Amino acid sequence: MRAGDRGEARGTWPRHLLGLADLEPGAIEQILETADAMRQVFDRPVKKFPTLRGRVVVNLFYEPSTRTRTSFELAAKALSADVVNVAVAQSSVVKGESLVDTARTYQALGADYLVVRHASAGVPHLLARTVQVRVLNAGDGAHEHPTQGLLDLYTIRRRKGRIAGLNVLIVGDVLHSRVARSDIWGLRKLGANVAVAGPSTLMPVGLETLGVRRFDRLDEALEWAEVVNVLRIQRERMQRGYLPSLREYRLRWGLTAQRLRRLPEDVLIMHPGPANVGVEIDEEVLVDRRSVVAEQVTNGVAVRMAVLYLMAGREGEAG
Amino acid sequence: MGQAMRAKAEIMDAQEMRRALSRMAHEILEQNPDPSSLAFIGVHRRGVPLADRLAQQVAAIEGRPTPPVGALDITLYRDDLTTVGPLPVVRRTEIDFDVNGRSIVLVDDVLYTGRTVRAALDAIIDLGRPARIQLAVLVDRGHRELPIRADFVGKVVPTARREHVEVRLAEVDGEDRVVILERLDGEDGQA
Repeated sequence: MRAGDRGEARGTWPRHLLGLADLEPGAIEQILETADAMRQVFDRPVKKFPTLRGRVVVNLFYEPSTRTRTSFELAAKALSADVVNVAVAQSSVVKGESLVDTARTYQALGADYLVVRHASAGVPHLLARTVQVRVLNAGDGAHEHPTQGLLDLYTIRRRKGRIAGLNVLIVGDVLHSRVARSDIWGLRKLGANVAVAGPSTLMPVGLETLGVRRFDRLDEALEWAEVVNVLRIQRERMQRGYLPSLREYRLRWGLTAQRLRRLPEDVLIMHPGPANVGVEIDEEVLVDRRSVVAEQVTNGVAVRMAVLYLMAGREGEAG
Repeated sequence: MGQAMRAKAEIMDAQEMRRALSRMAHEILEQNPDPSSLAFIGVHRRGVPLADRLAQQVAAIEGRPTPPVGALDITLYRDDLTTVGPLPVVRRTEIDFDVNGRSIVLVDDVLYTGRTVRAALDAIIDLGRPARIQLAVLVDRGHRELPIRADFVGKVVPTARREHVEVRLAEVDGEDRVVILERLDGEDGQA
C-alpha cells in the first residue's frame, strides 16, 4: 500500500498535543476532517476501529473530571486501545519532581499516550519535555484545553459549514477559562471573528493583541453574534470577589429564556458543560433546538479519536 | 511516491479498459445468478469509479436498476500504521445499504501484496455479515504477501517489485489508461 494512493498524507504532525496556540491551521483542518470520518463509528453495528490495537492510553487526572476523562476513554476504546484511568488525589502543591516521576512510571509500564489534566498551567509541557510518551493536554490550569477547543471548532463547522468569517461570541469568565483560550486560538487561526462579553473583573488583559473584540453589554453582543459560546461560571469566583452575586450575574450576563427569544433562528448556542442552570444559562436555552450542547459531547469523542489517530505515527517522525 | 519514475510501458488503453470491464461484468453475472442481491464496494480511491462502472455495466446487460455502490476507506484497518511515517488521511466510508445477506463485489484498481484487500475484508465484516464477498481488480500484478486471490481480473501483468502500476481513470485523472512506471533508484515501487 502506498500512502500516496490511499490518502495523501499532509505534513508532519506534532508529537504532543499541548495547545491550539502551537498548532498550524493546516493541522487543525486535518483534525477536523479526520473527526468527520471518525464520527461514522457511532452509526455502525461494531462501534470500534482496530487502529490502535495494543496501544495503551493512560488518563492521568490531577483534577476531578468526568466528562473529559470519559470522552478520552471512549475515544481510545473506539480505536481499540487499552485505557488506564488514574485519578490522583487533589493537592494544592504538587512538586514538579513527583509529577515527572509519575509520568516516568507510566512510561515504564508501557504507556503510549499520557492524557494529562492538572490545575497548574504548563504541566503537560513539562511532561512532554521529560518523557518519550505522547502527551495530550486535557486541561492545564487556566491555560488551554485543546481538545475542547477542537470539538467546539468541529461543532461550529459541522453546523455552519464554515468557520472563516463567522462572528463567534464567548460569554462569561474568560479570565479563568482554558476553554476560552483554546477556542480563541483555534477560531482566530481558522479566520473567525471573535468577541468576548462578561464582567470586566473576569476579562483578561491583552485580548486585543489576539484580535478579539470586547462588548460591555450582552444584548449588544448577541446582536452581533452568529455563534454564542456560554462559559461555565464557577461559584468560588464570588468568594474571591470577582462577582457580586449569581443573581446579578444572571441578569447582566446570563443567556436567559428572555434573551433567547430575541435571538435569530440560525444562531448556534454552545456550552462546554457542566452548566449552572439558572445562572449563566437557562434550562429553556439548553434544550432549545438552536443549542448544540449534546452534539458537542458526541463530537468530543470523534475529535479525540482523530487526535489519537494522528499522533500514532512512527517514532521520531513527528516535528 | 515523489521518487523519480520513468514510464516503461502502456499495458492498457481506453478501449482495452472498456472491454476488460465489460468482460468482468459478464463474469460477475455468470457467478451471481441472482443479480438483485449484488452490491459493489470500491476501495478509495480508484476502486470507487471502477465499482461504479461495473455496476452500470451489470445493470445495462441485465436491463435492471443499477445495484448499490459503496465507497470504502481502509485507512483505520491498515497493518502498517506504525511504519508509514506521516499518517494517511482518513476518508469517509460511504456504504448506505445493508451489507447483511448481500453478494458483495469488492473492487480495487491494482492487486499487489493483498494487504489492502485483507484490510477491506475486515472493514466490511465490521459492517455486517454479507452472504459472500468476491474480489474484482483491473490489474493483478502479482507479489502476494497474503493468501488472497481475485475472482474477476481485467488483466494479469507480471511485474518486478521496483515497478509501479499506475491506473489512470477519467473520473480522477482525466483519462483511461494503465501504465507501468519504473523507479530509477531500483527500490520497491508500490509497497
